[in-house]
Parts: sequence; C-alpha cells; structure tokens
Amino acid sequence: MSETTSLREFNVKVLRQDGPNQPSYWQRFAVPYESDMNVISALQKIASMSRTADGEVVSPVAWDCNCLEEVCGACTMVINGKVRQACTALVDQLLEDNPEMIELSPMTKFPVIRDLMVDRSRMFATLKKIKAWLPIDSYYDLGEAARQTQDNQEIAYVLSKCMTCGCCLEACPQYLKIELARQEGESDEEFHARETEVFFRSFMGASAIAQVDLYNTNPIGQMNSRDRLEALVSEGGIQVCGNAQNCVQVCPKEIPLTTSIARMGRAATVHTLKQWFDN
Amino acid sequence: MTKPNVVVVGGGLAGLSATMQLAQLGVDVDVVSLTPVKRSHSCCAQGGINSVNNLTRQLGDNEWKHFDDTVYGGDFLQHQPPVNEMAQWAPKIIELMDRLGVTFNRTPEGFRDQRRFGGTLYARTAFAGATTGQQLLYALDEQVRRWEEHGHVTKHEFWEYLGPVLDDSGECCGCVVQDLVSMEIRALRADALVIASGGCGLVYGRSTMSMACTGSAASRTFQAGVRYANGEFIQVHPTAIPGADKLRLMSESARGEGGRVWVSRTPQDSRHPTEIPAKERYYFLEERYPKYGNLVPRDIATREIFNVCTKEGLSVEKDRMCVYLDVSHIERGELDRKLGGILEIYEKFQGVDPREVPMKIFPAVHYSMGGLWCDYERTAEGGLNVGSPRNHETNIPGIYAIGECDYHYHGGNRLGANSLIACIFTGLITGTGVANRMKSNDRQLAVERDSSLFDRACQAKQADYKALLARDGQGDNPYEIHQELGRVMTEVATVVRHNPDLEQALTKVHDLQERAKTCSLSDTGNWTNQNVVFTRALQDMFPLAKTILKGALARDECRGAHYKPEFTMPHVDAEDSGERRRLAEAWCDRFEENNKKWLKSTIAKLDANGEPELSYEEVDTSLIPPRPRLYGIVGGEMIEEVWNERSRGVANE
Repeated sequence: MSETTSLREFNVKVLRQDGPNQPSYWQRFAVPYESDMNVISALQKIASMSRTADGEVVSPVAWDCNCLEEVCGACTMVINGKVRQACTALVDQLLEDNPEMIELSPMTKFPVIRDLMVDRSRMFATLKKIKAWLPIDSYYDLGEAARQTQDNQEIAYVLSKCMTCGCCLEACPQYLKIELARQEGESDEEFHARETEVFFRSFMGASAIAQVDLYNTNPIGQMNSRDRLEALVSEGGIQVCGNAQNCVQVCPKEIPLTTSIARMGRAATVHTLKQWFDN
Repeated sequence: MTKPNVVVVGGGLAGLSATMQLAQLGVDVDVVSLTPVKRSHSCCAQGGINSVNNLTRQLGDNEWKHFDDTVYGGDFLQHQPPVNEMAQWAPKIIELMDRLGVTFNRTPEGFRDQRRFGGTLYARTAFAGATTGQQLLYALDEQVRRWEEHGHVTKHEFWEYLGPVLDDSGECCGCVVQDLVSMEIRALRADALVIASGGCGLVYGRSTMSMACTGSAASRTFQAGVRYANGEFIQVHPTAIPGADKLRLMSESARGEGGRVWVSRTPQDSRHPTEIPAKERYYFLEERYPKYGNLVPRDIATREIFNVCTKEGLSVEKDRMCVYLDVSHIERGELDRKLGGILEIYEKFQGVDPREVPMKIFPAVHYSMGGLWCDYERTAEGGLNVGSPRNHETNIPGIYAIGECDYHYHGGNRLGANSLIACIFTGLITGTGVANRMKSNDRQLAVERDSSLFDRACQAKQADYKALLARDGQGDNPYEIHQELGRVMTEVATVVRHNPDLEQALTKVHDLQERAKTCSLSDTGNWTNQNVVFTRALQDMFPLAKTILKGALARDECRGAHYKPEFTMPHVDAEDSGERRRLAEAWCDRFEENNKKWLKSTIAKLDANGEPELSYEEVDTSLIPPRPRLYGIVGGEMIEEVWNERSRGVANE
C-alpha cells in the first residue's frame, strides 16, 4: 500500500470506536478513486479492503445506511465537520473543498454503538411522547377522508418529509447527549423503561416540534391537538429551545424548522393560557 | 394469561400494515427488522399508488378495468382472484391512507390529485409529491408506534431473521433471530410467522433497491422448505440514474407528468442536448407506440431503451449507455410541485438541474415479481374469501408471505404504482386471515410448547455463527464475490436472455457459491459485526440466483419481463391483406400453443443438496381469458381482429 495519495487514490480518515464507552481513535484509509463516488461507495471500498493506508489489517468500519437516496435517514454522520447524509456527500465535491482528506466521524449527540453507527432510539421514543400519529377509529372502510386545501398539503408534505435523521439535533446547542449504562441485574424491560423516562424528560428537539406542527394541522389531528400540546409544554418541551436556529441550516430536506418552532411556540402559549383560565 | 402472538419479519408497507391490522384485531405482534422500520425500502417508492377513483369512474373506469390492466400488463401470469380482490379494495385503501394522514397532493377544490402511470389509459395514481412510498410508510410506522405504545407491538430493530423454527410435524412455531448490535441469538415463539422482507435486488449487485434488500429472509425461508415461484421474473425499471454504489430510480411519474424519452438521430451527438433541434431528435417510444407513447409498460420501455443503445447504437454517450429523459419543456413551478422530490435526487447526485437539461438514464434491476409461493382461498365469484387463514399462507403451515417477497399480483411484469397497493392490501388481508388462524383452539400455543424445540434451533444457528467467525483468513473476499455475482447476473438475467449465457452463468454462480462457502471474514469480533451479516446474506443469495437462472433457462418463451430473442413472436407485416390474415391466424395459433405450454408459474423447491428443482403450476385465468399483448406490435390490428373472432367463437359455443 502506498503511503501517499496519488491521483488514483484519495484519503479518508475515520474516527473509530470499538463499542460504547470505549476510547475513540483515528484511522486513515487510501481509497481507490472512481468517478461518481459518494461517501457510501468510499465506505464500501474500505469495508472490502479492511486495510489502513499504512497497510495495517483492520476490521471493516461499521456504519448505518439503507436507501442511498436520502429518503431513509439512516446514513447521517459528520463529514468534514458538517453533519449530513453520507449518500449525498459526493466525493468529487468533498475533494474540491479539501483535496487532502475526507474526514468522517459519528454524530456526537447520540451514543456510539460502533465506529460511525450511533443509537438514535431517543428520537423514536420522542415520537411516542408527542403522540406523533392520528388516532383514527379503526382501519375498516369508514368512507371518504376529509378534503384538504392545496396550501395545507404543501405545508404538511414538507414537514412529513422528516426522515428522523438527527441532523437538526446534532447541530442544536440545547440537545445534549444521553448515554445510560445498564445497571447490574437490570432486565431489558427495566432498562428500556428507565431510558424512556429519561428521554421523555430531556429536550425533544426541532424535529419533534415540527412533527407536532404536522399532526396538529391535520383535520383529524386537530381533534386531539391538546394531547400533543401537553407534551410540547412538558419538561424537555419547546421552552428548552434557545433559538440558535442551527437546525434549519443543516436539515437535508430543507424543512422550515424554525417556522414550525415559532408557530408551535405561539400554540404552546395559547394552550398554557387556556389552561390557566380553565382552572 | 397466555395469548397467541405473531412474528412479522420486515417493517415495510406490507409488514407494517399486517402488524397494525393484527393489533387492531387483538393479536400481539413482534416485528423483526434489519433497520428501524421507518427506514425500510418502501420509502424509496416515488410515483404513487393505483386505484380506480371517482374521476376515472366517470370516464368509464372501474375496479374490473384496474384488474384487467394489471393482468394484461403482467402477461396473464398471475392467479386472477387475488388481483381481482386487490383492485376491489384499492379505492378503500387509498381512503384509509388519506385518513391516516398521508399528505396526498390536492386539487384546487381539495380532492386528491391523480396522475397517469404506465400500462393504463386512466389517471388512477394518487401521489404525495414524489415520495409517495415514504409518506405511506410513515403513516403506517406511526400507527404501529401507537400500538407499540399501547403494548401490543414489540419492535426488534437492528435484528436479523435467521430462519423459522418448525416442529416435528413440520408446522412453524417461531423463528430464530439475532441482535445485530450485541450479536445475541435467540428464538421468538410465534403462532404464525409472516415474511414481509421485500425484494432481492442485491443478488444483482447494484440495483434500485436498498441495502437491506438482499433477499436473505426469503432465501432462509426457501431453504427451510417453502417453495419459490416465478423467480425469473425480475423487473428492470426503464429509467434509473447510474451510480457507483447504487442505481437510483427516476420515477415513472417523470413520464406520467409528460416527460419524454429521446436520443439524437446522430449517434453520440456531441452537441449539448438543448441544442439538438426537435426534428433531429428521435422520440422512439412515441413513434413506435403511438397509443401509449412514453407510458408503455415497463418491460417494453426497458427493452426499447436497451435496444436503441445496443442494437441501434444511438446511446447518448460513447462509453456508457444512456438515453435522455426530458422534462425541461414542462413549466418549472409545475415540476417543483409534482416532481420536486425526484428531480432533487437527480440534481443532488448528478449535479445537473433536470428542469433545464435532459436527464441521462438507463434501465436498472428494480423489482422481483416472483417470490415465496403462497396460497389463497377463492370465492365462487372470483375474489378472495376474506378472513380465510389460507390467504398468503405458504406450503409450511403457519408461515405466510406478503408484499414484494410473495409471488402474486404482478405476473410477468408489474405495472407502475401497483406495488404499494399490493403491499398494503396483502398486509391487511393477511392480518385478518392470520388473526382467524389464532382463533382455532385445536392447536397448542407456541408459548406453551416445550422449550427444547427452540433451544435446539438456537443452538444450530449459534453453531453456524461460530463457524463463520472461526474461518481462517485464507479465503476469498466476500465483497468481491458479491460484485462478481452481481456482474454475472446483470449480464445474463436482465433485459435480454440467451440460453447459452444462462447455462454458463449457472456454472459461474455455482463456483462463486463454493468460494463463498470458504470466504474470509475481516472481522471476527462479537459486537455489531456487519461483516458477518454481509457474508451470511451473500451465501443466501445463491439459492435465489440459481433459481432465477434455472427458471429463465427453462422458460423458452417471451413473457413480460422475461425476454428471449430466439422465442419472439413474428410480426404480421405482409402487404397483401389475405396473406396478412393468414399470418395473423398462424400468429394466434402459435400464441395459443405457447400459452398451453408456458402459461404456468415456475415453482422451485430445493433438493437435498440445496439445488433448485423446477415444476410448473397452472394459473387461474378463469376471470379474464388471456389475450395477446399487442403493445406496438406490427400488424397488431389484424391479430386483434382474428383473436376477437376466435374469442367470440369460443363464447358462442
């Protein structure tokens, strides 16, 4: 293996970690260049080579991906210091910005499982907290759905493209990493219950706030919007947002997250006031 | 209290709709998925979901016509009662999805907007921007989360299904699974096992499918004794964007919204596409298929694009085969509203704005029409007996197959926007049937069974896993074997198939399988070992690859996506009308002869050595008699005339 990058190779540096709570370390790989590559295809080559640029035989880098079309949300990582999807990170463009090196590291707001793979179960738990669903009566044929305006659809569609990728949370100063260790003798169920309880108390982040917005604008969702507003103003809710507005800048789907936060902020205020008067 | 429970393998549209239906009916469900279910491959479906609707109805459309288009488009290779039932349910399913909050595009009056897709003359397709699959998946994901919150559903995400557990009588009572983080292997007890694991595109190396679509779950079920049907019917999508890691789909909706496919009449014209004048452009689909134009069924569009590049030498580029797919004549605002999502994909991955410059596309492996064999119970009227536990049950009692990994609904070729409806329909109807299976009292519940059965099954899988980790480092690289397998399969078993090539490929694939048996792992650790997952999936691709090749080799005819030039039907192109008539008669004779021989499903089962053995199953075509598929055939009018006379003759007998 050559030590230096020739025109036919480029360097990829990966921040590796063998498991949770283990030390992390950098490894450099010399990846053979092809046209039309993205970070995923570079990682595929690294997996196939399992050898560093210095010739050391190593285990393949673990990472998460599925669709490779930027609709599934799996392959989020930090690439040259910026959180984004690995599938749309094109090698040619990255090398244009920095011909020396492409740097890959895992997101910092979620516990590392291994290498570039992180545990984002907190995001899915938060979707339970905000009741991100429409509680329809049943799945039987109950006739036609409500009509909706084009304007409403256009707002909802954009919000509904959120793929729970976590970019907005990685960029958020208020969203802090939670990494719980299992206690001795704790069963799976006990551990998950404790974890969920902590997740529910911690900041929900921009993606969840935008989902409240989505469900509360739906004609059926409006009927039970109070439940979601209740979650929105509870501990870890919208009041934690510090209005840094980083979220909206890193969203790969260009969801107007800050617009949703503003809209939900007003709705939360009205909801709280109403509760005072109702009591 | 002991209650029955069901394990669903796969959390895409089919798996999730089965799960929510079962939960609604009071049955607890464990969902096993390689990824968080919200990241399943269903999210890649772009264009839309088909059903007859109030608008098309007033233009003469009805459920029967949707059914007819589907079986005609599929070259009549599907059993008709399930397709008929699906078409009946389709409009109701769309309403349900709308009630679940799917953000379907709207008309100015607030109704769902609809577009036209290939293989039909009606605008039946409802859509949510250009990410309809994602939107449907999210709606179902949310419902399943709701049931999870209520304690009726347990998700096992980042878990892998390793195979079913069968009792001594051969009935399924659970499955063995592995946690892909901790690598722990355990058994899940189940009173029914529903396989909803999607397609097997990765057998072809690169395809339009997601990384989870290895076909491994279907293959493991196949290896446990479930039959595999119509494996050779693999849909190659006409329009995909070539890439180093995958071939990204460019949805049929681009053509549905008016996109036009063309090449320059000058081979490898060096001019920029926008500078090539209209009269020098060859809109080959529109010229050859005036009725359907750019919206011919997928197999035909694929073959034409392939031929225009290979036989006619008109590929746009010299080193890489591709044609133009052009939407640049459509108004920008309309494009953004209706096709924004897919045009963004092109822009993101190619760095070119398709609103200004024609896209370059080429066909890619896209969908498996074939899959695990499963049963159904028909009614006298020709639909399904809703609620029958036989619907979608495989030949192993207690194992069900639904969604892309079953073999019903699409026959020899799937119509665009029919996959989403088939996935949701099969999930719902199977949920009902499985729930009824739970009601019968003459069976011991899986939780009450002796644990030794499950321990033994776990130990066997544990031993396989240990053996895999213990391999020495001298063998081949599994990633390279996979590339080689993909190359062989793509070369011989996609758009055009020749018997000598298929025979050679069988030998090559067999050699690769032998090499895979001893290939080396670069990671022998016991924590989040993706190397193990990949190598195991690779090994399980071979039974499927061989089934595809063997089925294709045996089937000496052209049907749907399966095309062998040696067995094409002749054109009816004589000048003299008497002669043309005679040729058309001969054509129809040959068509009938061929159907007698080949209008049958290929059924594969694995013999003691793990090699596929083929047999053939009659197809239930009792509702719509098979007729020639005449999209764009020279002399088609005359064939149709002769055929109609014959059909009337039969009807009058």
